[in-house]
Amino acid sequence: MNAIPKNLKYSKSHEWIRQDEDVITVGITDHAQCMLGELVYVELPEPESSLELGQECAVVESVKAAADVYCPISGEVVEINEAILENPQLVNDDPYGKGWLFRIRPFENDFKQLLNAEQYTKQVASEAH
Amino acid sequence: MSQLIFELSQHGRVAKAQQPRPSSQKLTLPAHLLRQDEPNLPEVSELQAVRHYTNLSRRNFSIDTQFYPLGSCTMKYNPRGVHKLAMLEGFLHHHPLSLDMNSQGFMACAYELQEMLKTVTGMKGVSLTPMAGAQGEFAGVAMIRAYHESRGDTARDEILVPDAAHGTNPASAVQCGYKVREIPTGPDGNVDIEALRAAVGPNTAGIMLTNPSTLGVFEQKIQEIAAIIHKAGGLLYYDGANLNAILGKVRPGDMGFNVMHINLHKTFATPHGGGGPGGGPVAACERLAPFLPTPIVIKNENHYRWSTEKDFPHTIGRLSAFMGNAGIILRAYMYARLLGPEGMQRVAEFATLNANYLLARLKKAGFTPAYPTRRASHEFIITLKTEAKELNISALDVAKRLLDYSVHAPTMYFPLLVPECLLIEPTETETKEVLDHFAEILIKILQEAKENPDLLHNAPYSLPVRRLDEVKAARELDLTFTKNTGPDTA
Repeated sequence: MNAIPKNLKYSKSHEWIRQDEDVITVGITDHAQCMLGELVYVELPEPESSLELGQECAVVESVKAAADVYCPISGEVVEINEAILENPQLVNDDPYGKGWLFRIRPFENDFKQLLNAEQYTKQVASEAH
Repeated sequence: MSQLIFELSQHGRVAKAQQPRPSSQKLTLPAHLLRQDEPNLPEVSELQAVRHYTNLSRRNFSIDTQFYPLGSCTMKYNPRGVHKLAMLEGFLHHHPLSLDMNSQGFMACAYELQEMLKTVTGMKGVSLTPMAGAQGEFAGVAMIRAYHESRGDTARDEILVPDAAHGTNPASAVQCGYKVREIPTGPDGNVDIEALRAAVGPNTAGIMLTNPSTLGVFEQKIQEIAAIIHKAGGLLYYDGANLNAILGKVRPGDMGFNVMHINLHKTFATPHGGGGPGGGPVAACERLAPFLPTPIVIKNENHYRWSTEKDFPHTIGRLSAFMGNAGIILRAYMYARLLGPEGMQRVAEFATLNANYLLARLKKAGFTPAYPTRRASHEFIITLKTEAKELNISALDVAKRLLDYSVHAPTMYFPLLVPECLLIEPTETETKEVLDHFAEILIKILQEAKENPDLLHNAPYSLPVRRLDEVKAARELDLTFTKNTGPDTA
């Protein structure tokens, strides 16, 4: 069973979101990295760019597949995790820690669309048909 | 591993008999464009070159040597009679810059192929120029764009693509400047109609669909989908990758599609992949035909000529020098002529019969179909999800082990939405004995997995190289040979 920390929020498309004061951190879930397998390439959004909710904003690629990352909330990119560009393995090894993707300053604090850990756990289970 | 031909090189060694004769014409290139030092080419004898490449070619896994059930690639036999006809002296030595009056034979074949493709697709116009499936897709989406723009309908900026689509579909849409919106698939393998309805709107330029889909099932709600898209002012693109399943049986034009490509290297049995250049003709309905890429062969009474921009003022333009891959067009034409309308129907019948027979055998042997309630089209998916969990083996392990049994691995981990999957397409050109043999091998591999999973983890054993480190290869890609350092690995 993949880890789904209780203190995070989640999107249906397998991103996790952590809120720290006025900035949120985005990554892909343990389940998502496990489905993809070892990552070989990561593409991140431009710092200072504006992203819309649901926009394709990053790419994570393994030998099996390339997957888009969808922006879980509208806002401005304030920081990207340059370490994973050099070493994509960090996303596999520590998806909720050193493998974060980018930080964003939301235009408004609207997290209604997001799932809590319990809801996301249910979604993962229902996908395993 | 064998040596690279560069490693065989000895300075000053030449194969004189094969050298081009020096030209008497004087080079007129400007001096600054001429290279100063000699190119780094391997210097070997004629026999060394022959031996090197013959030995490499003997390591090929190919349709001529092995069963090749690569899903969605339609690796069918390339009939030798077709090669023979396409290699008639008059075709082989024909120069592409010959005048129309001296090219009537080739142009007649190309014209007839255009007509036959119109008939089997139910479309009004065909251009043979795209040189591969992806270029055909690009042409089709560019035509969709040109159509909307010609009407001043410029707000449409989105192409819908189901999540089961070939990766080239969203790529083609993006290349043509569109945003891509993904549509989910329902549990029965059909497009989720409600999600489609929610996604369609005034900014929908069109949808790209493969039918039968890459899930190996026929999209049953295609007419409903066509109605939804057309009502919103969008157009339907048909990805011809899986046309083999419905050849001569169902016409994409009748399903409501407006534009499509045909893979000659799949459906029309021309050599495929590394075995030869591709062909991706694009076909269009009446509304889109004016935008077809040029040139197209036009027939006036008994004379054939290439179209010009004057014939098609709205054309998206040229996609290739001359007219695509001439040798491939000839082969596809001969193949279509030899089959005739009835033969084409038999292609579809046997392609689907073979797939369904194999699916039924594997199901009986305990393999899990991804869509157990659905009949297969020309291909089907088995998922090794349970085996992965219980036996700790992956689809990759099974694929690698198949190589030891001299079978090319099926497509794996595609479509992405089915976990641990193998997408199997036997094609119509295989006998029942081959299908039975393949099923028995898979059953044997499953048995091996139960008894000794490590046997699978370390496969293959019988090939020139063992299990490759795909992750390292992708992360540290290095394809450059340098004279001083030599290759990195032995």
